Amino acid sequence: MNSNAVIVGGNRTPFAKAGGPYAQASSHDLLTSAIDGLAARYGLSGKQLGEVAAGAVLKHPRDFNLTREAVLSSSLAPTTPACDLQQACGTGLEATIYIANKISLGQIDSGIAGGADSASDAPITVSEPLRKALLAANAARSTGDRLKALARIRPSHLKPLAPGVNEPRTGLSMGEHQALTTKRWEVTREAQDELAAASHHTLAAAWDNGFFDDLVTPFLGVAKDSILRPDTSVEKLSKLKPAFGGPEGTMTAGNSTALSDGAATVLLSNEQWAKDNHLPVLAKFVDANVAAVDHPAGDDLLLAPVGAVGHMLERNGLTIEDFDLVEIHEAFASTVLATLKAWESEEYCTSLGLKGAIGTLDRSKLNTMGSSLAVGHPFAATGARIVPSLAKMLHDLGPGKRGLISVCAAGGQGVVAILEAV
Amino acid sequence: MGALEKLFYSPVGHAVSTRAGLTDPPTLRRGRTWPDGTMVLAPLGASTLVADTLDLLGLETSDPIVDAPADSPPGYGSRIGALVIDATDLTTIVGLEDLRAVLRPAVRALEGSGRVVIVAREPSGNWESKSVTRALDGINRTIGKELRRGATSNLVYVSADATPNDLLSTLGFVLQGRSAFVDGQTWHVGGASSIVDALSDQPLKDRVIVVTGAARGIGASIARILARDGATIVGVDIPAAGESLAGVANEVGGTALQLDITADDAGAAIAEHVARRGERIYGVVHCAGITRDKMLVNTDAERWGSVLDVNLAAQIRMNEVLLDPAIPGSVEDGGRIVGIASTSGLAGNKGQTNYAASKAGVAGLVEAMAPDLADRRITANAVAPGFIETAMTARIPFIQREIFRRSNSLSQGGQPEDVAEAIGYLLDPASAGVNGQVIRVCGQNLVGA
Ligand SMILES: NC(=O)c1ccc[n+]([C@@H]2O[C@H](COP(=O)([O-])OP(=O)(O)OC[C@H]3O[C@@H](n4cnc5c(N)ncnc54)[C@H](O)[C@@H]3O)[C@@H](O)[C@H]2O)c1
Repeated sequence: MNSNAVIVGGNRTPFAKAGGPYAQASSHDLLTSAIDGLAARYGLSGKQLGEVAAGAVLKHPRDFNLTREAVLSSSLAPTTPACDLQQACGTGLEATIYIANKISLGQIDSGIAGGADSASDAPITVSEPLRKALLAANAARSTGDRLKALARIRPSHLKPLAPGVNEPRTGLSMGEHQALTTKRWEVTREAQDELAAASHHTLAAAWDNGFFDDLVTPFLGVAKDSILRPDTSVEKLSKLKPAFGGPEGTMTAGNSTALSDGAATVLLSNEQWAKDNHLPVLAKFVDANVAAVDHPAGDDLLLAPVGAVGHMLERNGLTIEDFDLVEIHEAFASTVLATLKAWESEEYCTSLGLKGAIGTLDRSKLNTMGSSLAVGHPFAATGARIVPSLAKMLHDLGPGKRGLISVCAAGGQGVVAILEAV
Repeated sequence: MGALEKLFYSPVGHAVSTRAGLTDPPTLRRGRTWPDGTMVLAPLGASTLVADTLDLLGLETSDPIVDAPADSPPGYGSRIGALVIDATDLTTIVGLEDLRAVLRPAVRALEGSGRVVIVAREPSGNWESKSVTRALDGINRTIGKELRRGATSNLVYVSADATPNDLLSTLGFVLQGRSAFVDGQTWHVGGASSIVDALSDQPLKDRVIVVTGAARGIGASIARILARDGATIVGVDIPAAGESLAGVANEVGGTALQLDITADDAGAAIAEHVARRGERIYGVVHCAGITRDKMLVNTDAERWGSVLDVNLAAQIRMNEVLLDPAIPGSVEDGGRIVGIASTSGLAGNKGQTNYAASKAGVAGLVEAMAPDLADRRITANAVAPGFIETAMTARIPFIQREIFRRSNSLSQGGQPEDVAEAIGYLLDPASAGVNGQVIRVCGQNLVGA
């Protein structure tokens, strides 16, 4: 990839617990607000951009054109094209890669990548027997047949079905999968709670320091991430009951991400466009990679980013020491910890076709402004939350500073990327 | 709306209040509009300053009707739009009779939202001449109170070296609807060797103007009006107000900067925002402000300090940074600083010692800055709004609010755009001769200087 795609900045809504302050807002509302905040920050109102790519994981049929509709609701020029993209929790980062690639190829000179999810406004579907009965009634030729078809409906069939978060091929929920990984990689409860507490504390400090003043725009009167608990502690977290992995499990609601609502966006362009539009540039989008594991055959569902990172580093001739900051999406505290262990494992890394272990990360470089455990994790938004935050942190450190992003996603996939400050 | 307020605005309430003498206030002419009727020019001497200025403005004028010592005063026959008096040669008490003689028929014939404008010299000369200059102020203020149907009277003192080009923006402003809520006021225009020779609809085209407190109320209106006049707006407000700030910024095609102006680095953050975009600031409008009202006996250090910090100290800190020419993104030569004072500050207002201190302080600040910035051709001025209809004043209890609202010569509260228009006038590159002034936008409020 040539290095012409740069990150100008980003904007997101504060993230909130599902069913909380954004309970009445749709993914469309959230995405529109995030785009509008971005437009306001960078003076894009009325401007036509190359393309906007974004998505949602929990998607209503009515949102078949979510991103384009959000663009039309926003202050961007209505002639800005858009497309929907979806890759589970990797959506926001994958959308960023999509836009960056188009910029690098010279197909567009500017674009917005993003993601929105509202677990409050998740699409509710009807049960399979009800769907079948209704179809039969619809197809019936006589009133009698129709009544007969409808008579097959039982009260239990009327219960709406919330969207499945289980892996279709294993029937296990993501938490149950991660519980297997937690056990396999011997991640302790204490280490998980420490990571979770650190996430809250670093995020709280970042808010206090005004770090998010040019990354977040309030939405519906919420000015800060509302899942954040600045006063949490390892001690408090250690009292929570296990949520996954049975009674002996180490994963709790405190060290797993909460179902969240929110939206995030990133503004990318080539250097010339940024210059022409008098916009600052935070970082270059250097490279990205995607990988998948065979979790139905027993691979660790959420460790797919390990291979993705390893191969990306090898092809860029970089080692883990070459990075000044690393962002690993905290799906669960134990995902991050297992990932770090996997990076250190010669055996695991070589089994992925890598030349050797990725290496040991200096933990002071990890998620220094908090991550998903404290911020929340509206599935599709997370990648687009991380990119501009990391770009800003790198920019603050100075030109040439490098950052790594690692995001795991349902379906056994991993999306990763490298940024470099300008 | 409280129950009382609802009743007041109901048909029954309206009938009662009308009988009690509370008539519906006149609808004011606003915006870049000229009076409908004839523009009457009355030179009281040989000076052509005003005539030449009206010429630049492209306005046609007719001669005044002069009151004769007869029983029934002669009339204009139809309504006139404005009476503009060139009193720059007026130096004697006897000469004041000439003024009366043109005022009497004109005041009688003035249309709704019509204008009386008196242009006079700065006080100079002998005792009589100086006292006559001051007498004009008394006349202006009184005419302002006697005029009806939204008509206003204003007095402009011009210095001896002021040219028609220097006076152009001021005469344009007072005659147009933009000055709707400026009444009974007096301010000064100095010589600035302005080369602007026509009024522009977009005087601020492509100029970067920072507006603090832009998320709502008067600040949002300032952003809109200045954008209408061509400015590129940088809207500043606290991060918690970011959602509405973004709405305003997008509406006016500007940018939003979420920032608490009391932060130590607020000035630097604004300069950086502008510098990053490769620009420099033309104007800064310090509109962010708060109230923490209590009688002095109940005012603690916290209430005192927070109001003084937001309304005054933060402004001084930001100005120091933004006026440092060495800082990228700071104010350019020929730029503009505008503060927002308040009639509460100029006149004092029960329950607002802290606020009055801060707002009178703003008036003092621009007066102090003006001479210091003159060598960079930067002007510093302030507007002092009276009662303006915003979220801030909607919090005042209804009866008190209705009294405030009506206790001025125009019998109504001002609109945020009225304040914004006055600020737009001060920011106009053609207003280079207006410096160190505090212009009240108060409908000639009964309280205040
Ligand atoms: N409304 C009136 O009648 C009236 C009269 C005289 C003067 N004023 C002055 O006009 C100005 C605007 O008044 P308004 O009625 O629109 O008030 P408002 O309360 O509606 O708006 C003030 C804005 O300033 C912002 N602000 C407050 N503190 C800030 C800070 N520390 N940093 C950044 N932004 C901050 C607020 O968030 C708000 O958006 C104020 O300075 C006020 O004192 C108003």
